[in-house]
Formats: sequence, C-alpha cells, structure tokens
Amino acid sequence: MDLETIWFVLIAVLWSGYFLLEGFDFGVGMLLPVLPRNEAERSTMFESIGPVWDGNEVWLVIAGGATFAAFPAWYATMFSGFYLALLLILVLLIVRVVSFEWRERSDSRRWRTVWRWANTVGSVGAAFVWGVALANLLHGVPLSSKGDFTGNVLDLFNAYTVLAGISVVALFALHGGVYLTLRTSGELCERAALAARRLAVPVTVIVTAFLASTVAVAINRNDRDAFPTVLPAAIGVVALVAAVALVFARRGGWAFVASAVTVVAWVATVFTGLYPRVLVSHPDFGNSLTISGAAAGHYALSVITVVAAICVPIVLIYQGWTYHVFRARLGGGESAPRPAEPVDGGVAGVPSG
Amino acid sequence: MTPLAVTTVDLARVQFAMTSIYHFLFVPLTLGLAPLVAIMQTTWYRTGVDAWLRLTKFFGTLLLINFAIGVATGLVQEFQFGMNWSVYSEFVGGVFGAPLAIEGLAAFALEATFIGLWIFGWERLSPRVHLATIWLTAAGTWMSAYFILVANSWMQHPVGYKMVDGEAQLTDVWALLSNEFAVIAWVHTILAGLIFGTTVVLGVSCWHLLRGRNVELFRRGAALALIVAVPATLIQLSVGNRFGEAVTSAQGMKIAASEAQWNTCQPCGFSLFQIGGFSAQDPNPSFSVTVPRLLSWMATGSFNGQVQGLNQLQAQEEKDFGQGNYMPRVRLMYWSMRVMAMLGVAMFLIAAVGAWLYRKRRLEKARWFLWTAVVAIAFPFIAATFGWILTEMGRQPWIVQDLLKTSDAHSPSVSTAMVASSIGVFALLYIVLGVVDFVLMRRYARIDPPPLREESAAAVPALSY
Repeated sequence: MDLETIWFVLIAVLWSGYFLLEGFDFGVGMLLPVLPRNEAERSTMFESIGPVWDGNEVWLVIAGGATFAAFPAWYATMFSGFYLALLLILVLLIVRVVSFEWRERSDSRRWRTVWRWANTVGSVGAAFVWGVALANLLHGVPLSSKGDFTGNVLDLFNAYTVLAGISVVALFALHGGVYLTLRTSGELCERAALAARRLAVPVTVIVTAFLASTVAVAINRNDRDAFPTVLPAAIGVVALVAAVALVFARRGGWAFVASAVTVVAWVATVFTGLYPRVLVSHPDFGNSLTISGAAAGHYALSVITVVAAICVPIVLIYQGWTYHVFRARLGGGESAPRPAEPVDGGVAGVPSG
Repeated sequence: MTPLAVTTVDLARVQFAMTSIYHFLFVPLTLGLAPLVAIMQTTWYRTGVDAWLRLTKFFGTLLLINFAIGVATGLVQEFQFGMNWSVYSEFVGGVFGAPLAIEGLAAFALEATFIGLWIFGWERLSPRVHLATIWLTAAGTWMSAYFILVANSWMQHPVGYKMVDGEAQLTDVWALLSNEFAVIAWVHTILAGLIFGTTVVLGVSCWHLLRGRNVELFRRGAALALIVAVPATLIQLSVGNRFGEAVTSAQGMKIAASEAQWNTCQPCGFSLFQIGGFSAQDPNPSFSVTVPRLLSWMATGSFNGQVQGLNQLQAQEEKDFGQGNYMPRVRLMYWSMRVMAMLGVAMFLIAAVGAWLYRKRRLEKARWFLWTAVVAIAFPFIAATFGWILTEMGRQPWIVQDLLKTSDAHSPSVSTAMVASSIGVFALLYIVLGVVDFVLMRRYARIDPPPLREESAAAVPALSY
C-alpha cells in the first residue's frame, strides 16, 4: 500500500477514534435532560466524562491536522465548501467545551441549567452536523473543474445526509447510555440501562437504514461495486444487533464493545465507499477529488508517518491508562440529594426508576 | 473597484485577526500559569507546607477557567485556514500541515489528557504521580507552542521546501524545525507566557496583600512570581532584540515599517516617539525623540549597522515581484512596536522594584507598588496583542513571505456574506465568552483561599470541574 492510501486509512482511523471516544461523551450530553432526577445525578453524569472528554476531542484536532498535512486539497475544499456547517459545529463545540468548566463555577440554578443545556445542545448538534458532513463526502457536492465547491449550504442537506446525521445522534445516544451503565451505580445506572433498552430498536432501524443506503450511494454516486462497502456495513449491523442483545442481557461491558464496533463500522463504511476518492463531485463526477490528486508530497507524508508511528501508540497508552485510573463507578447521586430539586426525568419518555 | 469596497479578503483578514488575538489572550496565560502551578505543587510536595497546596489550588482554578476557553478557541484557529483561506491551505499544506499534525499528536494530546488527570486525580493518584501530571500538562503546552510557531515561522521565513506545480512541498523537516525564526519566536513566546503567568500571580497576590488578608499565603505567591519575573522580563528584552535582528535579515520591510524608516540609514537612530512621518508624502516627523545609533544596534547587532529604508525596499521588491505596494501600514507598525517594547520595559521595572521591595521586607507596606502590580495585570495582554499585530501585519502584503500574497489566498467558494455572518456569530460568541470568563476569573481571583480540611492534605477533594 502506498503512503497516500495509508494516510487515507489513517484519517478514517482518526475519525473512528474521534467518533468512538467523543461519541459516548456526546451521548452522555444527550441523555442529560432525561436521565438524572437531581443536581447531584447531573454532576455524576458530568463527572463520568469530566476527566476524559478533552483527551477524546484531541482526536478531532489530530484528524483535522492530519487532513491538512496529508491531503491539503481535501482539507481546503472540504473546509471552505462546508463553511456554514463547520461554523455551526465550531459554535456548538465551543459552548459545549466551556460548559464543562463553567457549570460548576456557581451554585445558581439558572446558571447551571444554562450550561447543562449548552452541553446537551452542543452534543446533539455537533453529532448531527458531523454525520451530515461526512456523508456529504460520499454523496457528493458540486465541484468545479479546479476542485472548488460551487454549491451552497442547502446542497449539503438531503434525505441521505440528514439520515446520516440522525443515525449518528441515535448511535451516540445508545453508546453514551451503555457507557453510563459502566461508569455509574445505583438508580442512575438503572435508568441508563433502561434508556439503552428503549433506544435499542429505533437505533437499530435508523443505523441499519443508513448503512444500507451508504452501500447504495457508493454504487450510484461513486462508481463502486457493492463489495467491499457492504463488508463494514454488515459488521456494523451485526455489532449493533449484538449490542442490543447484550444490553437486554445486562452485559454492559460487552455491550459497550459492540456499540464501539458499530461506531467504527459507521465511519469505515463511509470511507470504504469513498475510496479511492476523498470528496465526490456531483453532478460532474469527473471533478471529484481523488486520494492521489489531493495528497501532499511523498517526503511530507513520510515525515508524518514516522511521527504518527511513534506518537499514536504513546497517546493510546496514556489515554488507556487514564481510563484505567478513572475506572471506578461513580455514586448514583444518592449522596447529597437536593430536596428542592424538581423531578424532570421523563422528557423523552424515559420513566424514572 | 472603489477603495472603500469591502472584499472577502478584507473580511477574512478581520476574522483571522479576531480569532488569533482572542485565542492568544488565553494561550500565553496557560503557558505561564501551568509551570507556575507546577512549581507551587512541587514546593508543597517537597516541603509539606500547607500554604503551597492552598496556592496550588487557588491558582490552579484560574488556570482551569483559562484553559477551557483556550482549548475552545484553538479549534477555530485550526479550522479557519481551510474555511477562509483555501487557496493558502492548498498552497502551503504540504509544508505547513505537518507541524500542525505533529502538534496534535505530540503536544496537544499530552496537555489535554494530563490536565484531566490532574483535575480529577487528587485522590486517585499517588502524590508523586499526580505531581507528574501537572508537569506533563505544562510540557504539553510548551511543545504545542513550539510546533505552532514552527508553522507560523514558515510563513515569515520559508525554509526546507521546494515548489512543485505551484504548491509548496516539504524537502527538509530539520530545516523546518530548526528555522531560526521558529526557535527565537518560541523562546520569545515562552518568556511572554511566563511573564503573563507571573504578572497575574503577582497582581492577584498584591490585591490580597492590599486587603491585608492571607498575607502569609500571598507573600509567598508574590515571591514566587517575582523570582521568575525578574529573569523572564530581563531575558525577554534581549530576546526581543535578537528577534529583531532575525526579522531584519528576513523581512526588511517589517523592521523598516515598524521604525517608520523611509530611507536607508547608517548609522540609524531609534525613534522613541514621533509626530508625523508616517507616510511617503510626509516622511519626516515634525517632532521626534531619537536615541542615536540604537536602531543600528537593535536591528543588526552593530552600532554602525545599515538598515534598509521603506523606499529602497519598495523599489527592490517591485523589481523582484512586479508592480504593487509592498509596504505594511507604517503608522500601525510603528506604534505596535512601541507599545509592545515599552510595556516590556515597564514589566521588567515592575518586577525589579517588586523584588527589591520584597528583599527589604517592605512589599506589603508599599501600597503604591501593590496597586501598580494590580493594574499591570493588563500589560502582558496588551503587549502580546500588539506583538502579533506587528508580526502578522508587518508581513503584508504577503501571507507567505515572498511566495504568496494575502489577496490571492482566500477561499473562492466563500462569499463576502458568509464571512460577514461568521464574523458576526463569532464576535457575539466571543463577547459572551469573554464577559463570562472575565467575571469568573475576577471572582475566583478575589475569594479567600479556603483552609485545608482536617484530614491529610493529600486527600483534599479534587478541584471541581
């Protein structure tokens, strides 16, 4: 495999890592309005991702930097072409990032409510728009013969890409719910398990529909055969069904592994369908950006390959150690109850207890 | 096109300035506070004196509030190259992208992961390992600054590349990493960070000393700040000077503009202050205070050195690159340089006087000094802002020195209205974040540090997040 293809795969791996890790952060944020019944439980949910969310978001920073370094033309066309979508993502991620630090800085209920919602809105919104953006790489956007985006923001939204966005939100909610069953205890843990069970069927339907459509889109828009795109798609569906079964069997650890595999398979399906292009042009398919056309020089690719070969294992080791340090379950919020708190569970139909 | 028409390039430049200046209000404070907090915690770990643990937690809280917004605005910084400057990104990505990717892998990952371990690890890690996490965080921030400055320095002084089909390709990564510009810019930035950190620690400590509460505690804080600030501010003056020499050889226009030096001179005096003399029509100031030969020394290292003038450089560049205006905005460059340099000197004097008062055991009683130190908290923020204005606007009209013009580098697919709307959105967001951040920093800088709990100091609960 040449260096260009290796970097295409590596960027897919970086996006997988980002979705796998930040996916459960986002999921926890999405479940904030429905799971906890008092402020202590909300704090527990924040604390379940508090030590790790920043390390998880690193994978996005690295994916962005790696795309810039390895495929300058891809980075340039995608980031300028998806301008308003990325603007939206930045705003959502920023309010979410500061919500972690700022929420705890005051006891005012209104203040805490504002930043809690900032976290939820940021999580749902960013997950949705990332889904839309990645699906657009494959579904195709109008590009000129020079490789410049010639469409507008509405071109990014259609049935397939919106389905992609919804499927990411749904999948992350399930992933986050399963994560909470591993990191919390008591009633909160029970409610997280219940949420995961309630989400199981709709998530399976939505994600399966997306993965099947992706195989079709790769055939229609990117001139691909069903194989090999169908392979990661099938793995995704099998892993998701397994995740659902394991959720019902109350095997939290294995359910998390299975939902993680599903998240990775989601990204792998899109990127497998995308190969050997990085951004499909539609309607002028000939203007599509290819891996070799967008790649940086061989020397630069060699340099970052060496750096990645050294650094990625080290980062994985210390991030893995971080998860080991914070493996203990957190109290389910039974301690320090706040009697004046209203019960606001059940917003999305998840009953209390 | 009339000169008044606002173009996409103009707006993209406004946005870049806004994003970068805003981001760099928070970044250097992290660069300086992280090692200072690490020193406080190390002192506590070594001596067991409770005051150092209280100081660690007190200034650690300020570090965290500041860190969060630095991370949040850093993402915009990474994305905006591709969003607003797609031609630039494609042109430079083969060189400029590598240090950005390395920054993420080797540096940002380190700081982002270990800050989480530090915040939540007080009870879960042994004191020794926990101490290591804050040092690794600090190391991550310093490495991060290095790789970012390698990327920026390539725009100021491109090295280690060749042009292939109109795009720059990396040919020598060691030349890129050891770019003289990058090394000096990094030392300059790290020292700036330490000055940010010490100025804030000193100013906040002095405010508490003024109130006369927790005097024992904050005298230690002030002492630590002064011990670091005196050498940092002093070395910064000579590093800034050395930086000037590097700029003179690679970016003559930047120096000529920042000195409003219209014609080549030898030897050259340094203008401390002048009225007029900022345009080609009016090259001679009506009033000025000038130190003879100082500019020659600052720009070339010799008291008899020659400094090229704007007019001569303009003629040379027109010969090399064709018709056009190759001069940055002289008046803005001149005053940016002076504000930065004069605040640099002021911060050294404050540190020196503070250290002298401390040695004489008169620090707490010298209320005039305590107030000065509180006001001086603003100085590094102003100085760094003008430093970046000088660096980036002094390079104009180039986005990459002598290789690509700013006017040719923006995204063709992005309309003026799109950039304008994103400026509006970010301006609003940044104002809200700035106000909240300021209110929080102020509140947490003014509270009395709580006493330690009865149980062993190591079991103090984690800083809330």
